[in-house]
Amino acid sequence: MKDSRFYGNGLPYRRPANLKGSLIVIEGTDHVGRSTQVEMLKPWLEVEGYGVVSTRWTRSALLYETIAEAKAGNRLNATTFALLYAADFADRLENEIIPALRAGLVVLADRYMYTAWARNKLMGADPTWSRALFGFALVPDLVLYLKVDVSSLIPRALEGKGMDYWESGMNLAYGADLFDSFCNYQRRLIREFNALAREFNFTTIDARKPPEYIQNKLRQHIGNFLRQRKSAGQAQPQAVAANGVGGAVVEAAAVHATEASVEPAMVPDLDAAKVQVAK
Amino acid sequence: MSGLYERHPYPGKLIVVEGIDGSGKSTQLHLMHRWLEAEGYRVFFTEWNSSDLVRRAIRRGKKKDLLTPTTFSLLHAADFADRLIYQIMPPLKGGMIVLADRYIYTAFTRDVARGVDPQWVREVYSIAPRPDLALYFRIPIEASLERILSGRQKLSYHEAGMDLHLAAEPTQSFRIFQSRVLDIYDALTREFDLKVIDATREIDDQQRLVRQLVMEVIRGIEPKKPYERQSLLRQRLAVSKAG
Repeated sequence: MKDSRFYGNGLPYRRPANLKGSLIVIEGTDHVGRSTQVEMLKPWLEVEGYGVVSTRWTRSALLYETIAEAKAGNRLNATTFALLYAADFADRLENEIIPALRAGLVVLADRYMYTAWARNKLMGADPTWSRALFGFALVPDLVLYLKVDVSSLIPRALEGKGMDYWESGMNLAYGADLFDSFCNYQRRLIREFNALAREFNFTTIDARKPPEYIQNKLRQHIGNFLRQRKSAGQAQPQAVAANGVGGAVVEAAAVHATEASVEPAMVPDLDAAKVQVAK
Repeated sequence: MSGLYERHPYPGKLIVVEGIDGSGKSTQLHLMHRWLEAEGYRVFFTEWNSSDLVRRAIRRGKKKDLLTPTTFSLLHAADFADRLIYQIMPPLKGGMIVLADRYIYTAFTRDVARGVDPQWVREVYSIAPRPDLALYFRIPIEASLERILSGRQKLSYHEAGMDLHLAAEPTQSFRIFQSRVLDIYDALTREFDLKVIDATREIDDQQRLVRQLVMEVIRGIEPKKPYERQSLLRQRLAVSKAG
């Protein structure tokens, strides 16, 4: 019964068919430049001919205000925070991500459930419980992880918006002052992300490098993925089905794929669609 | 998830009532509450979907028709978690009797009737302690409808399952949706050892049965000393006069 497209048991009342698009996640800790990178990826993908939407953590229409209110007060603990994050995520998954994937778009997700898992764990939520909460989540096709260390994060935070209360884990009393707390909290957060990267095979990018370098790496990985997916969908739809994952990367003939990748959102991929329905 | 099935270690007692709208469970809980207080017990009362923060979010979602079965479920879970931390756990750990009007079984029936995965919703609520007594007031759909419609109460949008578009007419939608809920409740009585009360019986007959079951559970809990009670009674009289 288990639908392998989902992390757990999925959305039984929905069972979305024919998700032709690609779900690409950019993960990484605060101040690593995720949002800027996503903003730069969008126009590039459009020039390449892909339809693109992006979705941001805690920005759902349903919960944006509630989470902001909750952060302004001090009522929330690890459990309620985890549930609000999950609700925000579910809202964006069902109302933004799935419709976009069905329309064949590339969805760029600025953070995904891995952020929730890392943060929830540091706040003290039971990790098994926190993971089970996201049983309804779609497994992304590609997770690009912007990896930094704390020492290269510090100047970025200070030159940017400054060290924020939540990004410093001040609620967790990790240090004597904001600076110490920021370093301790971020060090732990990065350790969690690194562990998740190993467990879930993230594609890691060295985010200590300049933004242009990061952007180029992101484009390389995303470009390769989309071309391979395209050629796999056209040449060997059986291979996709055999792997059981919508976005299975098949290391096959990605030769003349550059031409094939022009306007993919406009050309319905009938073979891939049949595979999805058959599943 | 063992917490859902095993006895909690706290000195207090947790008593919950479950049942569909119109089953009379709140009336029965109210009578039980009055009786326990009169007997001198320290009692704390909490009800489903009543924490401020999340209630605003749910209202916002209902107004804009934004809620999906999963977000509906998670928001109620967040509400529950908030009440668990601030309302249920402190008195339970402090040795009081906690009365809950609806508990996790409400989520297990409603959310699953909306189509979420039964295993998932149990995992979400695995943070909850198992009640010492869970009473399920079972009533046929038609009897509950008659009670709701004869009163001033209106059928609520979500209670009638209108979000599922089962029928255009609320009463008919209520019939379809709550029949699913009733079937799931029946299955839960075995899984979670819910005590079934026939909610079609006279109110006082039901209450007699309720009190018998409660008495077995609260054995060992100390009521307040007589002088503590008197002062409380005086306080209450003073308050009611002032009001």
